[in-house]
Amino acid sequence: MSEKPTMIQALNRALRDAMAADGSVVVFGEDVGALGGVFRVTDGLTAEFGESRCFDTPLAEAGIVGMAVGMAMNGMRPVVEMQFDAFAYPAFEQIISHVAKIGNRTRGRVRLPMVIRVPYGGGIGGVEHHCDSSEAYYAHTPGLLVVTPATNTDAYGLLRAAIEHPDPVVFLEPKKQYFTKEELDLHPVPPIGQAVVRREGSDATLIAYGPSVPVALAAAEQAAAEGRDLAVVDLRSIVPFDDETVTAAVRRTGRAVVVAEAPGFASVASEIAARVSERCFHHLEAPVRRVTGFDVPYPPPKLERHHLPGVDRILDAVDDLQWEVT
Amino acid sequence: MERLIDETGAVVGHGLPAPEVLLDGYRALVLARRLNEQAGALVRQGRLAVYPSSHGQEACQVAAAAVLEETDWLFPTYRDVAAIAARGVDPLDVLVMLRGEWHCGYDPIATRVAPQATPLATQLPHAVGVGHAARLKGEDTVVMALCGDGATSEGDFHEALNFAAVFAAPVVFLVQNNKYAISVPLSRQSAAESLAAKGVGYGVPGVRVDGNDLAALTVVLTEAVARARRGDGPSLVEADTYRIQAHTNADDPSRYRDDEEVQRWRLRDPLLRLRVHLTSTGALTPELEADFAGAAEEMAAHVRAGMSQDNALDPAELFAHVYSTPTPQLREQAAQLAAELSGGDR
Ligand SMILES: Cc1ncc(C[n+]2csc(CCOP(=O)(O)OP(=O)(O)O)c2C)c(N)n1
Ligand SMILES: [Mg+2]
Repeated sequence: MSEKPTMIQALNRALRDAMAADGSVVVFGEDVGALGGVFRVTDGLTAEFGESRCFDTPLAEAGIVGMAVGMAMNGMRPVVEMQFDAFAYPAFEQIISHVAKIGNRTRGRVRLPMVIRVPYGGGIGGVEHHCDSSEAYYAHTPGLLVVTPATNTDAYGLLRAAIEHPDPVVFLEPKKQYFTKEELDLHPVPPIGQAVVRREGSDATLIAYGPSVPVALAAAEQAAAEGRDLAVVDLRSIVPFDDETVTAAVRRTGRAVVVAEAPGFASVASEIAARVSERCFHHLEAPVRRVTGFDVPYPPPKLERHHLPGVDRILDAVDDLQWEVT
Repeated sequence: MERLIDETGAVVGHGLPAPEVLLDGYRALVLARRLNEQAGALVRQGRLAVYPSSHGQEACQVAAAAVLEETDWLFPTYRDVAAIAARGVDPLDVLVMLRGEWHCGYDPIATRVAPQATPLATQLPHAVGVGHAARLKGEDTVVMALCGDGATSEGDFHEALNFAAVFAAPVVFLVQNNKYAISVPLSRQSAAESLAAKGVGYGVPGVRVDGNDLAALTVVLTEAVARARRGDGPSLVEADTYRIQAHTNADDPSRYRDDEEVQRWRLRDPLLRLRVHLTSTGALTPELEADFAGAAEEMAAHVRAGMSQDNALDPAELFAHVYSTPTPQLREQAAQLAAELSGGDR
């Protein structure tokens, strides 16, 4: 590849490779056919694999996810697209009541190897209902795997892994990064459930996922300029949660800040802070801090910058981590 | 399909609305078209982030507003900016959402226009609720509920029709069948013979009308509103129309439809045929035409002037309206943001 691909192209490549590798992989949703998806993640799939492998549906998310359940029950691997985070909500009942529970309900006799792709998060100047960070709803529901890449290589690898996984995966795509161009490494496919340390550091650990990873890295960069050495952990997978990597990283530094866009109350960030506090209590020099979105509906475009966790807010939290006066 | 004036401007049915009604309607069409054009220009200049144009659908927009009394309610979609403006709401207040200042810029209670929101078909059960409440309160309010062809596939559309029928709610459901839901054609939404036919299963009378014929729309919607006001229950009106422009400025229609199709529909333009008709009867004089054009330019200038103003937004508003009284946590967060904003750089 001459030019570095965007995350959209990495995801498209993952779908294409998965469809080529396994004839039971089918892609469907709203506008995924001729249009190639409103973000073009499914670009060219109908042309390459035919209408039976990638097709548009009527405009009904409950129908899309419900039909995917049935197809997964009958030997296929559906990968469905929800057009935006908030437009997955009509499918909520199907996802919560069935996608998440059928495996358990049937003592494992019915497994649902399906993927629900959801572009999520803000920072794109979108109007209401186009910028939700909806991960907590899914993560709170036992039975769903919840995955979110922060790099193009992970976007490719995690989507391949999600499609191959025997359980249903909610695949959250940080749409703010859709157009980020990066080197794409097709191997190896990371297993779902493994966090990664993106940056080593000795003073404090920033824990982030999806769209907050680049922000955390920028904060670490800025902190380095100010004389503080921050580590950054990218979760990649919210469920299952990689306690081992996160705990080890925090123990190395004794201080931690969790960064996430979603409102902080009853959030994934809260779960991370609680787990880290329980597991690292005797290693911590300061309480674990959370830097999250405010507990408000996602703001209109002209106000979103006040809501999103930025470098300054992260560094303010780091400053608060009870450093000894030198 | 109900039609009174065909695309050549010829009268093809009986019971045309009075000439004054059609003249008023024509004037409103001119303004609606101008509003679509002005908003499109603002998008191209980068002064408006996004605009879903109703170019080609103006007759639906205008008629939906015109048949209502002041005490009635309008439930619009995101594409119905022109309908809200036709109802009398300042376009600048409507565009507050699309320019990204707040989620809704007008007062729904004062204007009796529900807030626009993008989740498709979700406004329709609300419309039924507003209508049902009116009847419980002994008021003869009617609710005009708009949606697109794509939205008829959502469960909320069907639940709303069913509820409206069961409770004989005074609701007129107007589906602007513009043939596409972004890229997805009507044939992928429904295998029924028409969208109006969907009323049958719920006991709601359905009628198809030429959605580019303001005269027919006016007659059909007036009758549906009267029926609702009498207490005879809801109606479903399918307006046969077409989305001439892209879904929004972010869309690329060349991927899913050919220009030839668009050209065919341009010939059925709602303004053109009414102008031909009203000119041929002598109702529309060059003076009136100039008068209407002047009013449209005045409105467009008003929109431009307002849009070039950079309204100061107060970030504290983020916390002010979430609950009737902000929670202690929100007060704390508001204070945090205020401190950040007054603290300058780190
Ligand atoms: C519940 C939901 N799903 C998906 C979307 C994304 N979306 C926005 S507009 C649109 C097409 C709507 O088509 P239609 O109802 O025909 O209205 P039109 O845009 O043609 O006026 C889609 C799929 C949405 N807004 N809401
Ligand atoms: Mg449509």
